[in-house]
Amino acid sequence: MTDAPVLQTYDLTMRFGGVVAVDHVDFALKEGELRCLIGPNGAGKSTFFKCLTGQLRPTEGRITVRDHDITGAQSHEIARLGIGIKTQVPNVFDGLTARENIWLAARRGRSARAADALTDETLERLLLTSVAATPVGQLAHGQRQWVELGVVLAREPWLILLDEPAAGMTHEEVERTAALIKEINRTATLIVVEHDMQFIKMIADVVTVFHQGAILVEDNVANVMRNPKVRDVYLGKQAA
Amino acid sequence: MRLDADNIGLIVAAVGGLALLFGLPLVVELFTLLQFTVYIVMAILALSLALIWGFGGILCFGQAVFFGLGAYAYTIAVFNIGESTVPVLLSIVVPAAFAAALGYFMFYGRLSDVYMGVVTLVVTLIFFSFMNHTAGEEYRIGASRLGGFNGIPAIPPINMPGDPGRVLWPEEMYYVAMGSLTAIYIGLRLLLRSHFGRVIVAIRENETRAELLGYDVRLHKLLIFSIGGAIAGLAGCLFANWNAFVDPTVFGLGQTAQIIIWVIVGGLGTLIGPVIGAMLLQYITTWLGTVEVANSSLVMGAILVVFVLLVPRGLVPTLQLLWQKLRGGRSDPGIVATPREAVESGDD
Repeated sequence: MTDAPVLQTYDLTMRFGGVVAVDHVDFALKEGELRCLIGPNGAGKSTFFKCLTGQLRPTEGRITVRDHDITGAQSHEIARLGIGIKTQVPNVFDGLTARENIWLAARRGRSARAADALTDETLERLLLTSVAATPVGQLAHGQRQWVELGVVLAREPWLILLDEPAAGMTHEEVERTAALIKEINRTATLIVVEHDMQFIKMIADVVTVFHQGAILVEDNVANVMRNPKVRDVYLGKQAA
Repeated sequence: MRLDADNIGLIVAAVGGLALLFGLPLVVELFTLLQFTVYIVMAILALSLALIWGFGGILCFGQAVFFGLGAYAYTIAVFNIGESTVPVLLSIVVPAAFAAALGYFMFYGRLSDVYMGVVTLVVTLIFFSFMNHTAGEEYRIGASRLGGFNGIPAIPPINMPGDPGRVLWPEEMYYVAMGSLTAIYIGLRLLLRSHFGRVIVAIRENETRAELLGYDVRLHKLLIFSIGGAIAGLAGCLFANWNAFVDPTVFGLGQTAQIIIWVIVGGLGTLIGPVIGAMLLQYITTWLGTVEVANSSLVMGAILVVFVLLVPRGLVPTLQLLWQKLRGGRSDPGIVATPREAVESGDD
């Protein structure tokens, strides 16, 4: 494993009219990392995330993944580089069964037989076997989130981008999700955008704090928690 | 092949199709058979919209464009070539190519549903208006005049491939139409359970997710739209044959609205529903024309309103639900489409 970054942004900027949502961000992610992006509402972390995933085309700057320049690439092209993406708003096929959701992810680039096997394996891994035949729209919120995680994992990505994976989950569900993310991290590099601090504490190693579209601090989780600037913009606000 | 609900449905469709194909000419007179032929042609047209709207989630108000293009492509080509094999192929290829070109701008330009509806409707009306203005002597393609609002009469019927002297009898046209309907229906069922078909349904459910899985949504939509165009084109070719006459009303607002009504009444998100819807409503239209008790457009409008308000899922999905309730609520959510999803996706 080399130390060269697998994902890098140079001077990344995203403007909406006069608003600068992401302001000249230089970001680098090493292979095998589990990086958390945090920041108060409107800090630009979700916009930054959307630039990485091709949902938004950055106004300026460049994004590279390994040797590929993915600036302004289509989402499906980015996904084909082996990148798994979970968006903030759950994006699942609500009218289709949990099995069909995961199968559709597994089947891309795989034979039908390999896809079937991987689908069963993923359903088991996420404890979804009992609801495999239920349309996802009828599942509880936490289960839907896991279906989406399953859909991401069934692509067997080497890099995974998760936007608020624990949003709206019960405490037990959050703990399970945290354990799952740590397990995934053994084989894949991750970026997790989250603002649930309890969740961050469970999983975080290095944390990048966004504030007003720029990176405020980047350090390990203990130092970030102690950092007075971070307390001011983020934790202080939340406590208030 | 496992004997699940889907496979049983396919076998029933095949047996039913073949039974009608060979059985009907034995029991009805030629006049009824001719009537039936045009219902079948309209059922094929309904299938084309059932596919792209009900499964592809693409609301196309201009399915008549492909129908009309198929009719005119066959007509113009058959006057020029004489032998009908190439004209039949052209009646499929020309609308499919036009659908691909139109679809390229709509899907690669990422138009939203409402604009797509407007664009397809306007394109239909442009064709309607243009063809109406081609009455002059100077509007001709090779040996074929376009005829403008007068239309093109005396269209030569389909002949046995390679033998221009041996044209098909009306009864044989019935076999061609019914055979096509059965083949297309079964073909679409198979298509929808292939990997490609399942991705198409997935795109209808959630475009973003399909994209994030690495599927090229634009290309998939373009392909399904073109397949729909090809099927509608074939229906147009068969219609021109049945009628031996074509005029710009094939591009008209009435024609394009009718297709949508068939699909809504029969049931969006199913294939058999629109087939039944088209046949039933065509039968009612013809019957109203004979008894002359009420204006048929008025009745069509009333039927649409009643269905949208009282039976929004359409005939077939509603009957399916009732059947499931009668059997004690045992539901088996299909992977391709349960009626509920389809109606919901059609709404947005």
